[in-house]
Amino acid sequence: MTKLNSKIPKGALKDKWTNYKDHQNLVNPTNKRKIDIIVVGTGLAGASAAASLGELGFNVKNFCYQDSPRRAHSIAAQGGINAAKNYPNDGDSVYRLFYDTIKGGDYRAREGNVYRLAEVSNSIIDQGVAQGIPFAREYGGLLDNRSFGGAQVSRTFYARGQTGQQLLLGAYGALNRQISKGTVKMYTRTELMDIVIIEGKARGIVTRNLVTGKVESHFGHAVVLATGGYGNVFFLSTNAMGSNGSAAWKAYKKGAFFGNPCYVQIHPTCIPVHGEFQSKLTLMSESLRNDGRIWVPAKKEDAQAIREGKKRPEDLKDEERDFYLERRYPAFGNLVPRDVASRAAKERCDAGFGVETGQAVYLDFKDAIARLGKSVIEERYGNLFQMYEKITDENPYETPMKIYPAIHYTMGGTWVDYELMTSVPGLFSIGEANFSDHGANRLGASALMQGLADGYFVLPYTIQNYLSDQHSVKRMNEDLPEFKKSEEEINNLIDKLMGIKGNRSVDSLHKELGHIMWDYVGMARNEKGLKTAIEKIKELKVEFWKNLRIPGDKNGINLELEKAIRLADFIELGDLMARDALLREESCGGHFREEHQTPEGEALRNDDKFMHASVWEYKGENEEPEMHKETLDYEEIEVKARNYK
Amino acid sequence: MANINIKLKVWRQKDSQSKGQFEAYEVKQISTESSFLEMMDVLNEQLINDGNQPISFDHDCREGICGMCGLYINGRAHGPDLDVTTCQLHMRKFKDNDSITIEPWRAGGFPVIKDLMVDRSAFDKILQAGGFISVNTGGVPDANAIPISKDDAEEAMDAASCIGCGACVATCKNSSAMLFVSAKVSQLALLPQGRIEASRRAKNMLSAMDDLGFGNCTNTGACEVECPKGISVAHIARLNREFLVANLKD
Ligand SMILES: Cc1cc2nc3c(=O)[nH]c(=O)nc-3n(C[C@H](O)[C@H](O)[C@H](O)COP(=O)(O)OP(=O)(O)OC[C@H]3O[C@@H](n4cnc5c(N)ncnc54)[C@H](O)[C@@H]3O)c2cc1C
Ligand code: SF4
Ligand code: FES
Repeated sequence: MTKLNSKIPKGALKDKWTNYKDHQNLVNPTNKRKIDIIVVGTGLAGASAAASLGELGFNVKNFCYQDSPRRAHSIAAQGGINAAKNYPNDGDSVYRLFYDTIKGGDYRAREGNVYRLAEVSNSIIDQGVAQGIPFAREYGGLLDNRSFGGAQVSRTFYARGQTGQQLLLGAYGALNRQISKGTVKMYTRTELMDIVIIEGKARGIVTRNLVTGKVESHFGHAVVLATGGYGNVFFLSTNAMGSNGSAAWKAYKKGAFFGNPCYVQIHPTCIPVHGEFQSKLTLMSESLRNDGRIWVPAKKEDAQAIREGKKRPEDLKDEERDFYLERRYPAFGNLVPRDVASRAAKERCDAGFGVETGQAVYLDFKDAIARLGKSVIEERYGNLFQMYEKITDENPYETPMKIYPAIHYTMGGTWVDYELMTSVPGLFSIGEANFSDHGANRLGASALMQGLADGYFVLPYTIQNYLSDQHSVKRMNEDLPEFKKSEEEINNLIDKLMGIKGNRSVDSLHKELGHIMWDYVGMARNEKGLKTAIEKIKELKVEFWKNLRIPGDKNGINLELEKAIRLADFIELGDLMARDALLREESCGGHFREEHQTPEGEALRNDDKFMHASVWEYKGENEEPEMHKETLDYEEIEVKARNYK
Repeated sequence: MANINIKLKVWRQKDSQSKGQFEAYEVKQISTESSFLEMMDVLNEQLINDGNQPISFDHDCREGICGMCGLYINGRAHGPDLDVTTCQLHMRKFKDNDSITIEPWRAGGFPVIKDLMVDRSAFDKILQAGGFISVNTGGVPDANAIPISKDDAEEAMDAASCIGCGACVATCKNSSAMLFVSAKVSQLALLPQGRIEASRRAKNMLSAMDDLGFGNCTNTGACEVECPKGISVAHIARLNREFLVANLKD
């Protein structure tokens, strides 16, 4: 246990963060200028951190693989961001947001971190308004809220169905301001390839310039990863095409432990898969569950008739429809958390009640339109309805949407302590890239909250505690042997990939990995399937290194090479996910082991044996990784079975 | 669902230094349910399997929000459908045996870097010149301290929907970036928090736009038609007002 120190401050839960800030070390203004900080990523977490650190006077280098920081995957978040403002006066509080997050995460997150998250949530909304984010408002001019799954209060702030876009553009504005002042230097179209460790501390990174192909080194007194989640292991997901797990994986191989790799969130409301040519899945925001009702035909014959095109969903009367979430979970109804809603959809479809290809259920706005009028629905969800119609060629005002669960978010990630520092000194991880706040399941509208909490209000403090004695460390030369060695390793890796000259494209291999992951490490897992997955991934790894084909050359733009580098890491990460899922012999949150369920099919946790985070340590190529347990102590919250009935 | 065959003429260019040319390709039996970029994926898979170079194009979210994609299809930015980005365009908009010409954005401010990829970093530079409100993290008032009328918030949101794709520039015969600039100026000028710096912001951003090789606006309105997010030219009028105020102050 000595290896994992979560560094949770002493004292009562509600005083921990205040106590921490009161006593932590800071860096004085003149010394800040002498310190370089590398921030990899420009999503909500990275952009907010880079801007805030620049404002404080640090010298920041910020990286992203896209052509502009504004295009980070956070831009795609739709529904909203939580905060404990209690503006609607419906009984919300910091404690309640904290409680809902712990419960939503199925009691697999740290109390200390989550309480701090709830505590700083309100400042994020204040900051956003000050930056000019046009959040939705009431006629009186004050901010509006909506409800999201897993909560009985309305605490979600939103900007139409484009909340992530607006929050990111706010952070990007702050970042641009620092770039113009020269405190932040921006490197776009630049991919992280390795993390450089000198005398036990993270001191920089090696990157590949995606335009010239050049492999280069960058020094930093500290390195912050804000590189997002690894949902694209599954090939099809709601993530952006370029989202990847490589930074977290490189960190893992350099000694940063990986927390809970098997915790993946499957979002219940996505547009169903159509064919093998499909390149990504589109999310329909959870906010739609505020007004939409989810159902399948109550009779199998009707489901079949609809699948064969002999009946239309509109033909079925209410009594012929099974509103299965309202039936099974009357207290939360359509607003149960995501893992619960996803499994319930799978259960109905597996039982033969699915529509379209059999892998789809309805999300219906008929009643909401009758109650509120079309114009209100249009104002709330207009852009989502338009997006749906463009993709499916069906008008959701007239016929119910068809939806099915899809891979969406990864709760697992780089292990961090209370200061958001990984097990490598000087290497930090924020946003979706870390494992910290969501336990085994994330509540809707809480990823944006966490990314911005980390970037604006937590990391800029905690990193100073680490850096306070670092100003005397002189900027290091990027010709040092540690940098050169790493550059050479990366150049060798690239040459090796280019040299395979087999006959399979990156995508064909990635799709194969996706099928393995979805079939065996997806929504329902069991021992046999997970062991099969590990075998199949091993074979796929061999196939990849034997049969990959990358056309073109390594200098200049080579999109196939970029994808191949990421896929090599995804394959290894997939293996770790399966191993982690195999060891966790319980069902919790997004992790559902078929062997562990109640007679009614609800998830069955095993708190006696698994009330811990599974934290993996890399032991070398082809060696078995080692799992450490971080025991979770609940001092404040009484641990219960999750009940949304 | 149907399958169609199509003929393509695609701009190929090795790098920014090389001269480019069109190449002809055929894609057979493509599902009309697939998106335009999925059709390009199928073509690329075909090219790779045949030992050829796949076509490079930019894309990331594939759901119309990141602004990374942008192809000039049959003479129109983002292709024939209205209010969509290239990644949201679907093959059902085309017929069997159609010919499709695909080019990169063509504008002085956006040099081609490979095939269909261009360098749009000039947009970032324009925003760095003032496309923000000058506040630091922390120490700001409560979010509800200043009420903002719903109409203003909605109009600001309309403007804030710009995804920075550059279709407006690619469409404009002068390669002007006025619609893009006006969207940010207008969003922030409509809100009390942004009002304070409004005219200064307009002036700085416009001068950056001029310096970066974009042309002047002659009010043709072509940009508005091709903008995937429906950004209105009315924002250009607001930008011009702010700019006038700035000049009066000087
Ligand atoms: C469709 C969709 C809708 C969502 N809606 C919501 C919502 O309504 N509410 C909510 O709370 N959450 C939502 N989420 C989740 C949320 O958007 C993400 O979890 C969050 O935005 C992640 O932010 P981030 O800053 O951690 O990472 P990201 O935004 O993913 O940013 C990652 C950054 O790292 C860079 N990067 C990655 N790898 C490398 C590398 N190897 N080298 C260099 N740079 C790299 C990228 O360029 C990018 O800048 C949604 C997610 C999706 C997919
Ligand atoms: S104004 Fe419209 S066309 Fe121009 S960059 Fe913005 S979204 Fe694209
Ligand atoms: S790929 Fe993001 S808008 Fe098209």
